[in-house]
Amino acid sequence: MADERNDASDVHKKRRGRNIAMLVALAGLVVLFYVITIVKLGGGN
Amino acid sequence: MREAAVPGAGGFSPSVADFIALLKPRVMSLVVFTGLAGLIAAPGHIHPVLAGVALLCIAIGAGASGAINMWYDRDIDAGMTRTQDRPLPAGRMDPSSALGFGVTLSVGSVTVMGLGVHWAAAGLLALTIAFYVFVYTMWLKRRTPQNIVIGGAAGAFPPMIGWAAVTGDVSLMPVLLFAIVFFWTPPHFWALALYKAGEYAKVGVPMLPVVAGKAETRRQIVIYSLILVPLTLAPWALGLASAIYGAPAAVLGLVFLAGALRVAVAKTDAAAKGLFAYSILYLFLLFALVIADALLAAPSRGL
Repeated sequence: MADERNDASDVHKKRRGRNIAMLVALAGLVVLFYVITIVKLGGGN
Repeated sequence: MREAAVPGAGGFSPSVADFIALLKPRVMSLVVFTGLAGLIAAPGHIHPVLAGVALLCIAIGAGASGAINMWYDRDIDAGMTRTQDRPLPAGRMDPSSALGFGVTLSVGSVTVMGLGVHWAAAGLLALTIAFYVFVYTMWLKRRTPQNIVIGGAAGAFPPMIGWAAVTGDVSLMPVLLFAIVFFWTPPHFWALALYKAGEYAKVGVPMLPVVAGKAETRRQIVIYSLILVPLTLAPWALGLASAIYGAPAAVLGLVFLAGALRVAVAKTDAAAKGLFAYSILYLFLLFALVIADALLAAPSRGL
C-alpha cells in the first residue's frame, strides 16, 4: 500500500517535471523567434 | 528480438533526464564544437545571436538523430552493458515517445535553421540527420563492417553546416574539415570496438573486429591514421590555415600515429583504450586550433 502511494507520487513528480520542461521549451521557442525577428529586422544578415 | 526492449509492466513514466539522455549529450558536445569551428573559420560575418541559433539547431538536430537511433536500436542496446541503461532498453520510456521526440526535434531544428539562419545550412542539417538515421542506423550498422566508415559522414557534417550558416555555400576548407572528421571516425571507433568486440558480437553488430578479426582492425586503424594525419595538415599546406594551426596539428598528429602504431604492435586492450581516449582529445584540439587560427591569423590573410 505504501509502495503504491510512493509509485504514484513518483509518477506525479516525473509528470510535473515533464510539464515544466515543456513550458520552459515553449517559452524558450517564443523568446527565440522574438530575438531572431528583432535581429533580422535590424539587418543582422 | 526487438520486443525484448519492451518491459512487461505497463505504464511508462520517463523523467526529463530520460529525454535529455535520448539526445546523447556527450556526443553533442563534440558536434557543437566542430560546428562552432566551422562558424568561426568561415569568412564573412554572422550576427552573434544567429550564430548561437545555428549552434543550437546543430545540437538539437544531432540530438534528435540520436533519439531516433535509440528508438531503432533499442533491441541491440538492451544487450550491451554500455547501452542497456538507456531509457528504452531500461523500460523507462515508451518507444513511440522516443520516436516522436526525435522526429519533432529533427523537423524543428531544420525549420528554425532555415527560417532563422540560412536554408543552405538547414539543407545540410537535414541531410546529416537523414544520413545518420537512414543510411547509418537503419541500413549499414547491422549489415556491414564498413558501417562506421560511411556512417561517420554524419558526424563530419557539423563544421560544414557551421560554415554554410555564415557563407551560404561550401568551399574547400569546410570540405577538408569534413574529411578530417570522416577519416578520424574509423580509428576512433575501431579502437573502442577492439576492447568491446565481445559486446558487439553478442548483439550481432558486424563491427570490424567481430567480422575481420582484431589483427585486421589494428591494420585498418594504422591505414586510416596514415591518411588522417597528412589530411589534417592539408589546410596549412594549401594556405587555408597558418602555422598557428599547422605546427601544433603536426605534433598532435604524430602522437596520434604513435598511438595507432602502439595499438598495432602492443596488441593490448590498454593500447586501444589509450588511442580511443586520445582520439577524442585530438579532435577537440584540432578544432580548437582551427578556431585559434581563424581568430588570430585569418584577419591578416584578408579572410
